[in-house]
Amino acid sequence: MNWVLEIFLDILLLTTAIVALQAKDLMTSAVATAAFGFTVALLFISMGAIDVGFTEAVVGAGIVGVFFVAAIYRTTRKTKD
Amino acid sequence: MSDLLEYVQDRYAYWAIVLLMIIGLYGMLFKNNLHKKVVGMIIFQNSMILLFVTAAFKWDATVPVRDPEIDVQVVENYLNPLPHTLMLTAIVVGVAIVGVAFALLIKIYDNYGTIEEDELLNKLESPSPEDDGDCDTNDTQRSSSPKGGSA
Repeated sequence: MNWVLEIFLDILLLTTAIVALQAKDLMTSAVATAAFGFTVALLFISMGAIDVGFTEAVVGAGIVGVFFVAAIYRTTRKTKD
Repeated sequence: MSDLLEYVQDRYAYWAIVLLMIIGLYGMLFKNNLHKKVVGMIIFQNSMILLFVTAAFKWDATVPVRDPEIDVQVVENYLNPLPHTLMLTAIVVGVAIVGVAFALLIKIYDNYGTIEEDELLNKLESPSPEDDGDCDTNDTQRSSSPKGGSA
């Protein structure tokens, strides 16, 4: 594990988490959540947990993103906070 | 003092996870929109999984796949795969929870016409008999919802 890479991924993780929570548009929030899931997957792989890494890449970046977009299309896209 | 600094520095991965946990908890407790609460839950789940995988990490150890050139008998050579396996189960359970949360959210929007928590609480406090019909007429964005289109 390269510690420079890991600190970079940690900063990316915190940034995407804050963007996902503070975005005014829920579609931005969905994309930031998918980016967050993929960054978590990269962090798992850098720590040697390959099986957890690819499962998280499929689930975090794929399925959760699709669920989120489907839920936005069936409800509303705007939010107050 | 330098001991304390070293203690903090050596555990930088844990500090990022603690910050992530705080962000997730903030999202679940203080966000008004139900979508944002689900996002907070996703962040919290991932931070817990990350905590366990980070705890299983060892320096100078390889992935838990057997290599004939590396001695299996020496514990330091391989990572412990048990926390990884447990967290694999937690990820699968987590995606099921997220799916159920979004399904409930869609049902709430169909019944009350809003996913903001304060408006929802107002509608729950003053339930009038024609509340359901009222929601349908005064909610103009509802015409673009696929309820009519999917039927």
